[in-house]
Amino acid sequence: MMAILLSLYWSFLKVGLFTIGGGYAMIPLMEAEVISVHGWLNAAEFLDIIAVAEMTPGPISINAATFIGYTMAGVPGALIATLGVITPSLVLLLLLSRILIRVIQNPGAANFINGLRSALVALILLASFTLGQTAIIDIPTALIFGLLLAASLLRRVSPLYFIAAGAILGLIFYPY
Amino acid sequence: MPPQDTGTLHTEPLWKILLTFLKVGAFTFGGGYAILPVIQQEVVEKKKWVSQKEFADILVITQGMPGQLALNSAIQIGIRLRGIPGGLMGALGVTAPSVIILLAIAAYFYPFLRDNDYAQAVFYGIRPAVVALIAAAAFKMGREILHGLSGIALCAILLALAIITQIHPIIILVIGGLTGLIVYKRRP
Repeated sequence: MMAILLSLYWSFLKVGLFTIGGGYAMIPLMEAEVISVHGWLNAAEFLDIIAVAEMTPGPISINAATFIGYTMAGVPGALIATLGVITPSLVLLLLLSRILIRVIQNPGAANFINGLRSALVALILLASFTLGQTAIIDIPTALIFGLLLAASLLRRVSPLYFIAAGAILGLIFYPY
Repeated sequence: MPPQDTGTLHTEPLWKILLTFLKVGAFTFGGGYAILPVIQQEVVEKKKWVSQKEFADILVITQGMPGQLALNSAIQIGIRLRGIPGGLMGALGVTAPSVIILLAIAAYFYPFLRDNDYAQAVFYGIRPAVVALIAAAAFKMGREILHGLSGIALCAILLALAIITQIHPIIILVIGGLTGLIVYKRRP
């Protein structure tokens, strides 16, 4: 039990520390830690949890951390994983904010972050390919993917509508 | 930073900070970019805890540092109001509803869903929708971040490196950052 709690904490600490700019930046990191490194979940379970994290209020990575932590080690796991993902924010802002602000205002830091975000674009794209192999398995799922991707590129839509559309189309096309 | 840095000294009670961010955490759907406007409305317009300019400064730090957007801005606003205890209240407020709601779902709701045919159908449709969201995030971020040939080339090279070597994404991120120091150096 202790060992799993420690590795949950360490994994989610890494996710929190390298999620820069928020949002989907955490997807490739969480995917790597949870699926590839530790094998805690398979890709389908991971996608289901991200969907639930999207549908529920609050920050997505905190929601996902709680859910994954619970799945692995019950309530203590949920609390430890969540603590892990928020630790970098707490430490940097509560204890090191003076240094942090000086670092962020440095022009070199802006270049570093620009480069890091270029890497992030590549990693998120790659994550969508990897996870897509599990999610896009037949013609209906390919259509759902294509339709929703086009919709989101054309206009700004809340992720909630995506999940709702996916759910309805799933109920219609599922090969029962 | 401690409250004296901002030039404004607040004596907002801690429970009020907690309550405000509990409300934000419990009722805002759709993650960081959906939560930020709600926080802005609460703390700038309604409560007048920070000015529009202070909030903009907070956002710059929030987006340039590790962690979740909503969490980072809640902590910073809490610190401005009441120092470290205020920051902790901000963090607790944004995090607690997520933990409680997700624990309830994971413990009571999800096990039931897993064995239900209709729930399986729903997730069958939701999975490609989530992948579409992730892919769209990559395209939108790319459109916003990758300016010029050097940015696109860097992204393409890092993508190839990630596919070929299968190394941990953290290493790709660090390589990207270090390369950024060189590639983006000449840009104003």
